[in-house]
Amino acid sequence: MCKILHYVRKDRLFVGKAMPFMIHLVAQDVSVTYSSSQQKSVNALDGVSFTVKQGEFVVLVGASGCGKSSLLNCIAGLQPVTSGLLLLNNQVITAPSKDCAMVFQSPSLMPWRNAIRNITYGLELQGHNKKAAIDIAQQYVDLVGLRGFEESYPHQLSGGMQQRVNVARALAVKPSLLLLDEPFSALDALTRLYMQMELQRIWQQTQVTAFYITHQISEAILLADRVFVMSARPGRIKAVFEIPLERPRTVEIKRTRIFNELETQIWASLKEEIAAMGISI
Amino acid sequence: MTQTLNHFSNPYRHLSWISLIIFLVLWELIPALGWVKPYFTSSPSRIIKASVWLFQNGFWNDIVVSATEFFFGFFLALLVGCLMGFALGWYKKLFAIFNFFISALNATPRVALLPILILWLGIGIHSKIAVIFLGAVFPVLINVIAGMSTIDANLLKCARAFGANDRQFFLTLAIPSTIPFILAGIRLAIGRALIGVVVGELVASTAGVGHMMSMAGATFQTDKVFVGIVLLSMTGIVLTELLKLLERRFSKWQINA
Repeated sequence: MCKILHYVRKDRLFVGKAMPFMIHLVAQDVSVTYSSSQQKSVNALDGVSFTVKQGEFVVLVGASGCGKSSLLNCIAGLQPVTSGLLLLNNQVITAPSKDCAMVFQSPSLMPWRNAIRNITYGLELQGHNKKAAIDIAQQYVDLVGLRGFEESYPHQLSGGMQQRVNVARALAVKPSLLLLDEPFSALDALTRLYMQMELQRIWQQTQVTAFYITHQISEAILLADRVFVMSARPGRIKAVFEIPLERPRTVEIKRTRIFNELETQIWASLKEEIAAMGISI
Repeated sequence: MTQTLNHFSNPYRHLSWISLIIFLVLWELIPALGWVKPYFTSSPSRIIKASVWLFQNGFWNDIVVSATEFFFGFFLALLVGCLMGFALGWYKKLFAIFNFFISALNATPRVALLPILILWLGIGIHSKIAVIFLGAVFPVLINVIAGMSTIDANLLKCARAFGANDRQFFLTLAIPSTIPFILAGIRLAIGRALIGVVVGELVASTAGVGHMMSMAGATFQTDKVFVGIVLLSMTGIVLTELLKLLERRFSKWQINA
């Protein structure tokens, strides 16, 4: 523990009495290298450092293949970092933690379980019995707007409804950190917009810390307190944009001048990285 | 959308019954009119008569013997097929160790093993159980292994992210994903097991439905042979229908349900 605090101090973070806000997630010089015998090793992440405050909504934007998903998997404890340090609530992340839950890009629902039993899945794995898990899950059914669909099987639900189950399953284990891996990328444009607003509402109601990955700049601005722009591979945090828009935000905010300016700035930052990946625009 | 040939949704389903009745009437008439000799084709009325006679003269004993062989051989195959299938699907090393033996045994016609099985186990019930087991175990085993390899990678990641241990992986993910494959394996295994019963008893036996058919055939009692054929096909139909009930129980979540 001492060693961890030492690392954090080195990063000139506030740890101790005068802490103005709670630091929730810290990445300290995180690198990930994939090495295989056939090919030369690939640097997916190189020196990623950032902090995320308690209850903050951070969105990470970056081009395809820049290492966003690798970073998310590392935070989820699904894959080890090659070097550097990841801290969740001041604990080094080494394995999947009960403090953290993930909303996956594909709904990843078990086709043989109905909606409510999919939501209880994480709770059951963490040792709740079926009945207690269903009682807890029921609150999240209401929160994500699935009332009346508890008994439906995944194939009977639309893409948007499946993602609601995906979100509810993650929230049901009461994580302090919610990881979202492009959860709405497979939805049609209208459903996507609606789900973004729903997510904002759910996030405000649960006060969970959210770490969200996307390709879409407008989605990032709409949802985020801060937007992290990731560089081309090997990925690092290239720029951080504060989003000073009032909450709750509505779809109409997309037509404001400040929104458009932010979009222009983030796009300018991202454009160089996309070009660096060999795609000319 | 592909339309499956579901008997209950087919508007022409009455044709199935009409064709069956016409078949039975022709089967009765043709030998009666003297067009073919009855000892080649028998006829429905002769088969009924023969079955009445058989049931009055110890046929129950044959049925009990055959059913016992089927029961032990089939359920042993189910048990071993599932357990081994899960183990081999889970541990790649174990699969590599058994791989060639499974392929070789599965490719060998089980009838070819009968002389050796009889040598080892005698002409009684044990050699039949062995040949039924060997016939039925591979469809189940191979299906379970295949089922284990098709577990959705997204669901694996989900289970891992929620911190599932090996036991939880197995109970909440491996078994439910594999159930449709087990059912498909059982469907094949029923047919294989019935073949095992008959062939085992035809080659060398002291009792059983196949034994009765073999004796009747050798003495030109065609009617009695047909009694055995009808009994076997009806057994196959009943078992397959029972399996369909089981499949319906598990298929409420499937897209085609």
